[in-house]
Amino acid sequence: MSSTVPTRGSVPISVEGLTKSFGSFRAVDDLSFTVRPGSVTGFLGPNGAGKTTTLRMVLGLHQPTAGTALVGDRPYAQHERPAAVVGAALEASSFHPGRTGLGHLQVYAPQAGVDTARCHEVLEQVGMSFAAGKRVGGYSMGMRQRLGLATALLADPPVIILDEPTNGLDPEGIRWLRGLLRAFAAEGRTVLISSHVLSEVQSTVDDVVIIAHGRLVHHSSLDELAAMASPEVYVESPALDRLARVADERGWRHQPDGHGMLVAETPAAEIGAAAYAAGVELHQLSPRGATLEDVFLGLTADRSTPGANQSVHTSGEAAAR
Amino acid sequence: MTAALIAEYRKLFSTRMWWILALILAAYLAFIGASMGFALGYEPPDATPEQTALLPQGAAAASTVYSAVNAVGYVFPLLIGSLAMTGEFRHQTITQSLLVEPSRTTFLLAKLVSTVPVGLLYAVIGVAGIVVGGAPVLALVGDGAYLTDPDVLEVFGLALLVMVLWTMIGVGIGTVIPHQVAAIVVVIGLTQFVEPILRVGLGLFDATAGLAKFFPGAAGDAVLGSSLFGTMMGEGGGTDLLSRPAGAAVMVAYAVVLAALGRLTTLRRDIG
Repeated sequence: MSSTVPTRGSVPISVEGLTKSFGSFRAVDDLSFTVRPGSVTGFLGPNGAGKTTTLRMVLGLHQPTAGTALVGDRPYAQHERPAAVVGAALEASSFHPGRTGLGHLQVYAPQAGVDTARCHEVLEQVGMSFAAGKRVGGYSMGMRQRLGLATALLADPPVIILDEPTNGLDPEGIRWLRGLLRAFAAEGRTVLISSHVLSEVQSTVDDVVIIAHGRLVHHSSLDELAAMASPEVYVESPALDRLARVADERGWRHQPDGHGMLVAETPAAEIGAAAYAAGVELHQLSPRGATLEDVFLGLTADRSTPGANQSVHTSGEAAAR
Repeated sequence: MTAALIAEYRKLFSTRMWWILALILAAYLAFIGASMGFALGYEPPDATPEQTALLPQGAAAASTVYSAVNAVGYVFPLLIGSLAMTGEFRHQTITQSLLVEPSRTTFLLAKLVSTVPVGLLYAVIGVAGIVVGGAPVLALVGDGAYLTDPDVLEVFGLALLVMVLWTMIGVGIGTVIPHQVAAIVVVIGLTQFVEPILRVGLGLFDATAGLAKFFPGAAGDAVLGSSLFGTMMGEGGGTDLLSRPAGAAVMVAYAVVLAALGRLTTLRRDIG
């Protein structure tokens, strides 16, 4: 196997019929999805949905009961130097408390094919240079997350897989991570991050893969998921009657509500633009109704009723229960 | 494989465990050397010739004292070897280790081979400890330190081999028993209680006397060619030892069988 390390932008992840049984319990059940290069994909689902098990199968740590998971053209473990293809930080992947941050990176550097200078570089990149010589036992959760990310980045890989990377990060850290991951996707890398809270990754991801009880329940772009949120927008204006005419002209459903009106299934931006074009003054323009989080919760809600419809939702279907 | 070896070597030396155990090893063996040196070297003024004849004299006494590097010190390479593997499971670094090296056989082989320098280091430290403690006492109250006697030098040289093999057996034990506390309890329990008791106990009966020489500790003694137990039990009552090569072969067999068993159990399972 003398393949060269794939270049950025050419390494998708494809999961096909992936299944993992523990005894009679199916932790992951016939799961299929792809993660495309050049985007950030959110791998979402409640705790216990099978996210970590899936990631561990993708990374060759768990043996699938059935199905395949490919990184590029082959399973993770069959790459000549896997760490140079996929940088992964798993939630449970921990550190020896007696090792320094730099020492930890130096341990894994040889197999990632990099030297100590690169260890310093990734520490710098994740803002951890100040703690390079400190033992990991004294690190905070956020610092461990950053060290895990630094480990994943050692070989500057084209694929990045992070399990619950926002855990333990403060809001500033989450914003920093978002910028970093967006930049990676812009460089053409394949980025897959798992989370059980949609709102924490909502402004980071392009695509969403949502699972519940080990099964795929939704796979689309974030925009398509957002479209399922059937938004309503509350609008206030000193010229409500003119605004209502604008809405009628465009075929928007609307109804009076309090001091203003509710416009159904129309993005706030579109309403604002129409009002501006028509010269209608707006005093308030606020989205309401089913939020993205509501849609997410609806998709992943307990549907353990035997024989319940388990078909995969596509963007066209109504989402909320 | 080279990268895996460097990684394993860095794992061993990037935490404090190796030198803490090395310090205890040196201090413990210095103490053992001094006490055994006194026990074997000192002749009470009222000792009868019969009593004196039971104990080794001269270079043999010195060899016996120095061979405690193995007879007493072997728990340390066993511990560092088993910790090299169980630490991966305790701190879940096994996940990252197998991410960078998905071949679990390569991972295990690298662990086994990377412990060679540690085994050698522990042998040097152990020998230094036993000499620092034992030589002065042997010289003062006994027949002499015999530090340049060929038999004694042989014990020192073979201690290098034995300690390396113990470290590898430790890795094997850690792979079969990845739970760190359990592995430590088993190592200490087997080496300090179970094997000594069994060696003496089995040695008492003709039917079982042949078994005891295949115990790992007895095999180690066989390699050094000098047995604390043989001395303690006296001629005839003591346990037989294997030949030197056979002793080494038995130790290698323990390392290989344990590692293979660990590869087929612990390292075949899902990780995490």
